Amino acid sequence: MRIYARRRLSNYLVVGLSLCATAFGLLFLVFVLGTLLINGVGALSPTLITQSTPPPGSAGGLLNAIFGSLAMTLIATLIGTPTGILAGTFLAEYAHNSRLGEIVRFINDILLSAPSIIVGLFVSAILVVPMGHFSAWAGSVALAIIMIPVVVRTTEDMLNLVPNALREAAAALGSPKWKIIVTVTYRSAVQGMLTGVLLAVARISGETAPLLFTVLNNQFWSTNLNSQMANLPVVIFQFAMSPYADWQVLAWAGALMITAAILLLNIGARMFASWSGLEK
Amino acid sequence: MSVSLARSMSTAFEASGQNGPGTAVNPSPAKVQIRNVGFHYGKFQALKDVSLALHDRRVTAFIGPSGCGKSTLLRILNRIYELYPGQVATGEVLVDGQNILAPGLDLNLVRAKIGMVFQKPTPFPMSIYDNIAFGIRLYERLPKSVLDDRVESALQRAALWNEVKDKLRQSGLGLSGGQQQRLCIARAIAVRPEILLLDEPASALDPISTQRIEELIAELKSDYCIAIVTHNMQQAARSSDFTAFMYLGELVEFDATEKIFTHPTERRTEDYITGRFG
Repeated sequence: MRIYARRRLSNYLVVGLSLCATAFGLLFLVFVLGTLLINGVGALSPTLITQSTPPPGSAGGLLNAIFGSLAMTLIATLIGTPTGILAGTFLAEYAHNSRLGEIVRFINDILLSAPSIIVGLFVSAILVVPMGHFSAWAGSVALAIIMIPVVVRTTEDMLNLVPNALREAAAALGSPKWKIIVTVTYRSAVQGMLTGVLLAVARISGETAPLLFTVLNNQFWSTNLNSQMANLPVVIFQFAMSPYADWQVLAWAGALMITAAILLLNIGARMFASWSGLEK
Repeated sequence: MSVSLARSMSTAFEASGQNGPGTAVNPSPAKVQIRNVGFHYGKFQALKDVSLALHDRRVTAFIGPSGCGKSTLLRILNRIYELYPGQVATGEVLVDGQNILAPGLDLNLVRAKIGMVFQKPTPFPMSIYDNIAFGIRLYERLPKSVLDDRVESALQRAALWNEVKDKLRQSGLGLSGGQQQRLCIARAIAVRPEILLLDEPASALDPISTQRIEELIAELKSDYCIAIVTHNMQQAARSSDFTAFMYLGELVEFDATEKIFTHPTERRTEDYITGRFG
């Protein structure tokens, strides 16, 4: 019986340690969310979405920053999604065992973990410096560069999960390869691929560093993609660091809005995944 | 006609290196002639110098222990192995006299003529209707009413129509395993192939579904040249006209099924079918 007692003891020990680690991780998450809610909910008001960022000491909102963030995230998604999906398709379907595939996969993994500030500096050097001014285009490109490796990776992983038997079955009917990919393989992997895209959107919608060097900020309402544009992360950065109390309140409100948006995106991605999973 | 028929038969028998099929089986033209076919997975030789003929409107069963090369041989007949790098086939496979292993052929056209059903059911993630229509739409542009008819007749031939006629728009993934396999057979015959390759089509199914698939094979035999790989010797005995016994990548014996299962010429064949090894 002693061996069973020992096994039980080690079981309790491991479960206990795992629970402690989980609690430790969750504690900070709850702490962050709690602080955000406490400071952010009080700062919410209708003017947030009707007025642009104010000068210190006067009332205002975040309309220009919200618009800027949405516009740049949208453009980045439009650039990043097709590029990422096509590259992921190349890796999974065409370059599965090739040397080129290995190299591309390796570089993509490096890009995946590259600090976002480096991406910001890079886009600044190739776009902002030659153009001579900050621009929303540059910001969108920087966000797209961060997004692409995420989409490439999830697309490749999801396509690799599709059983080869399915590809063989389509090929056995005389289907050309591109048609197999578009009509059979994509359909099998679509929920995973879209979840990957949504997670990548969530990731870039909170990025600050790449925007600091590319689009900077704008105190005023602007829809000109060729100029500086306000955006939530940089506004939060600037306002939270400022000595003005009303700016700090706006920063909390902005932080809460971004977090809520990312939370909703994640929930949406999960719901989408389980909804399409039901069809199986 | 009779001359060419006799010639193709004699070629088949030469190729098999065995006596001709027993009188119980009526001769029919050789649809596929497999000549000196070898196969390599990288450095591993999976098939050595296999030659035999598959006859039209007959079922040829391939039996043998795991790894003997029977599935490999089937995968050569529609060149599906070429989806993977490092796999090389040698020799000739003549379908109606044309060598389909020759370079420069349009592979997709070859495969459209030779249907294949796999061990595990592989319905596409789309509706039952679209599963069947998928293959038809690849090569034919049909008005909707004609397409509907083709889909219906394929499902009827596969003995699935009555079970699915009210849910054609539902996902093919929602069917049972046996239904999915019949869906795959319907999908394969919907493109009107001339040859059907069945790679252990019933091995993942329960006995009742297996029986339905076997009935279906007997039914389809009147129109197609069928090659079936099976682990189940009773199945081979029940549903085939010819049987090829393979062992370690070689064709050991090829003859009429009745002869193989009653008076096999080769000792190894007898040992295998009586359960002494394999």
